[in-house]
Amino acid sequence: MLRLLASAPNGLGVADLGNALGLAKATVHGILKTLHQVGFVEQDHSGAHYHLSDAFGRLGDTYLDPNELRSRAINWADSLAARSGEVVRVGRLVEGKVVVVHHVFRPDDSDQDLDVGTTLPPHACSLGKAVLAFDTSGGAKPRKLEAFTTRTIVDPARLADELASVRAKGWAAEFEEHTVELAGIAAPIRGLGGLVVGAVGLTGRIERICDSRLRHRTDLVTMVRATAEAIGRDLREDR
Amino acid sequence: MAEQYVAAVDQGTNSTRCILFDRRGRLVSVAQREHKQHFPRPGWVEHDATEIWRNVTRVVPAAIRQIGALPTQIVAIGITNQRETSLLWDRRTGRPIGHAVTWQDTRTDRLITELAGDEGPDRFADLCGLPLTTYFSAPRLRWMLDETPGLRERAERGEVLFGTMETWLIWNFTGGPDGGLHVTDVTNASRTMLMNIETLEWDDHLLAAFDVPRSVLPEIRPSSGVFATATAVLPGVRIGAALGDQQAALFGQTCFSPGEAKCTYGTGSFLLLNTGKEIVRSTHGMLTTVAYQIGSQPAAYALEGSMAVTGSLVQWFRDGLGLIHTAAEIETLARTVDDNGGAYIVPAFSGLFAPHWRSEARGVIAGLTSYITKGHLARAVLEATGFQTLEVVNAMNADSGIALTALKVDGGMTANNLLMQFLADLLDVPVVRPMVTETVSLGAAYAAGLAVGYWPDLEGLRSNWHRAGQWLPNMDPTRRAAEYANWQAAVQRTFGWIRPGQ
Repeated sequence: MLRLLASAPNGLGVADLGNALGLAKATVHGILKTLHQVGFVEQDHSGAHYHLSDAFGRLGDTYLDPNELRSRAINWADSLAARSGEVVRVGRLVEGKVVVVHHVFRPDDSDQDLDVGTTLPPHACSLGKAVLAFDTSGGAKPRKLEAFTTRTIVDPARLADELASVRAKGWAAEFEEHTVELAGIAAPIRGLGGLVVGAVGLTGRIERICDSRLRHRTDLVTMVRATAEAIGRDLREDR
Repeated sequence: MAEQYVAAVDQGTNSTRCILFDRRGRLVSVAQREHKQHFPRPGWVEHDATEIWRNVTRVVPAAIRQIGALPTQIVAIGITNQRETSLLWDRRTGRPIGHAVTWQDTRTDRLITELAGDEGPDRFADLCGLPLTTYFSAPRLRWMLDETPGLRERAERGEVLFGTMETWLIWNFTGGPDGGLHVTDVTNASRTMLMNIETLEWDDHLLAAFDVPRSVLPEIRPSSGVFATATAVLPGVRIGAALGDQQAALFGQTCFSPGEAKCTYGTGSFLLLNTGKEIVRSTHGMLTTVAYQIGSQPAAYALEGSMAVTGSLVQWFRDGLGLIHTAAEIETLARTVDDNGGAYIVPAFSGLFAPHWRSEARGVIAGLTSYITKGHLARAVLEATGFQTLEVVNAMNADSGIALTALKVDGGMTANNLLMQFLADLLDVPVVRPMVTETVSLGAAYAAGLAVGYWPDLEGLRSNWHRAGQWLPNMDPTRRAAEYANWQAAVQRTFGWIRPGQ
C-alpha cells in the first residue's frame, strides 16, 4: 500500500487501493486509518484521497523536534506547576542523557535559574526512568551507573526491575536518588502511535512530594499522569 | 459545593477558544476551533461572522464537557477579541451584511490618503489618540457604508448595527434579533477612531469626519462590569467583561500600576505600557489607547507599540520558504549557528508599524553574503522580533520618561527560548514569563470574575501572578550597540520602496 501511495503524486482513494491490491474496502480502510494515526499518510482536503506524508521520508530523523515538544507542553506544564506548587520539567533522552527541554519555576517567585538544555543522569531521576523504561534503542542505557547519593540505583539488575515497575505503573518515582531531600514524580509522554517522546515530571522536597509514610502522594501522581496524557493527546491529535 | 469557574471566550484572528479558569487563575480546560480566512482580493482579509458565532456555540460547551463540569458551575463569561475587525449586520434578521473586514485588511488604503488630506495622518490624533491607518475600524465602516448600495440609508433608519467582534458575540449571547444587547467596551471603542479618548463617548466631530451615522454604533460600557445575562449558549450566566485582546493580556499580566508593561508575542506583537489615569500623547509613533475601565472607576490608559509582523515572519519562513516544518523548529535551525552571520531581515511585508508607521516600506534581507546559511536566516527571523521590540521600548521610554526595568512577556513565541534570551540581551533587562501564558484569556476571565465578585479586588489577582521562567541579559554592550546599528541601517533600506504611480 505504501509503494502504491508513494508512486501516486495526486494520492489514491480507498477504492483505487482496494482494486489494485485485491483487498476488501473495509480492510483498506483499517490499514489507512492506522497509517494515518501514526502520521505516515495524509488525507487531502476533500478527505477522498490519501497520499504519503513527508514524515515517511524522514523516518530516521528524530521524530519530534525538541522545541516542538516544548511548545506543545508549555500550557500543560504551567498548569501542573501552578496546581502542584512544584518545579516542573519536560525531558527527553538524547545520547544516553536526559536533556531538559522545558522548565517551569516553582510558583513561589523565589530566585530560580532556567535549566533548559542541561542534562540529567537518566537512571537517577524520575524523568529519566520514565523514558528509559520505554527505550528500545539499548544504546541509551548508561554503561556505568554513577552514584549521586547512597540511594542512587547502581545495580543494573535492580534498575531493570525498577524500569519494569515503571512500565507496569505507567509512572516513575524518585526518592533522594539524585539529590538528598528531594523527591520526584514523572510520566512518559506518548506521541504518534504511542511512541514515548519524552517525559514530564515534578521535583520538590520530600515532605511535599511524599505523604507521612514516605509514599509519593497519589494526588500528585494523578496530576502528573494527566499532564503527560494531555501533552500526548495534543501531539497525536495534530495529524 | 462544586468548584466554580470563569469562562473566557477569546475570539481571535485565526480561531475562537474557550478557556476555563479556577479561582487561583489556573487554566483548567481549553477548547478551540479555527475559522476560515477569506482573501477575496490582494490585501483583503475577511471572516464569516456566522461561522465565528457557530464556533462560539461549540467551544464553550466543549470546554465545560472536557472537565466533566456542568454549565451551572460557570459564574461568569469574559469576552476578548481580535481588535478593529468590523462587521455590520441586520438588526431584524441577525444576519451579517457581508463578511467581517479584519484588522489586517488594507482595502481602505486610498480612503486613508483622502481622509488625511493636507493635514496628514495625525489629524484626528488629538481626539482619538490614533493615526489614520488601515488598521482601525472607522475607515472600514465608512468603506462598507459607501460600497454597499442602499446601506447608508438603511443604517440611518436604524436597521443596521455595527460592531467589532465582542459586540457581535454579546448581541448573540443575549438573544440576537430577539432582544440582543448592542454594546461595546471602552477598549474596543478606543480602537475605532470614533471615540473621544477623554470623554470615552462617541465624538460628533469624528462621526462627521468619517460620515458614520450614530444609529449604527453600540453603547460604550466599562470593560469590567456586568453587561447582561446570557440567554444563549450559557443561559443564566452573566457576561462580566469585554476587552480587546491586547488590553486583556495587560490585565491578565496584572499590569495594574502606571509604569508596568507587557509584550504579547503572536502573529504580530503588541507592547502595552500602563500610564494610569494619564493620557500620554506619543511623539514617537506609539498609540494612545484605553487599557481598561472597571465599573464606574476612572479608565486606565496605555501606550501601545504595535509590530505587524513577528510570529507571521516565522510562518512565512515555514510556509513561504519551506525551510522548516513547524514553527517551533526555527529554534532548532537557528541554533545550528552561533550568530546571524551579518544578515538582517526587516519584515515590512505591508509597511512598518510602530514606531515608523511607513506604509510605503517593504521588507528586505540585508547583509547577504555567500557565507549565509539557512541557519543564519532562521536567526535573523527571530532577531527581527527582538529588534522591533527594542525600537518600541526605546520609543516608549522616550514618550513616558520612565525606563523599563523588566519586560513581562506572553503569547506563543515565549516558548522560543532563543528569542527570549535574545530579547533580554538586547533590551538589557530581565524578560519574565508568567505561569499562565494564555494571558489574553486570563485577562478576560479576571475582568469578568471581578465584575461578579468571584475575585475580590486587583490585589487578589496580583497574588495569582507567578513567574514561570526568566531570562537575564548577558550580552556585551559593544556588541549590542553594533547589532542595533546594523538593524537600523537595514530598516533605512526598506523606506520608499512603493513609489507613487506604481
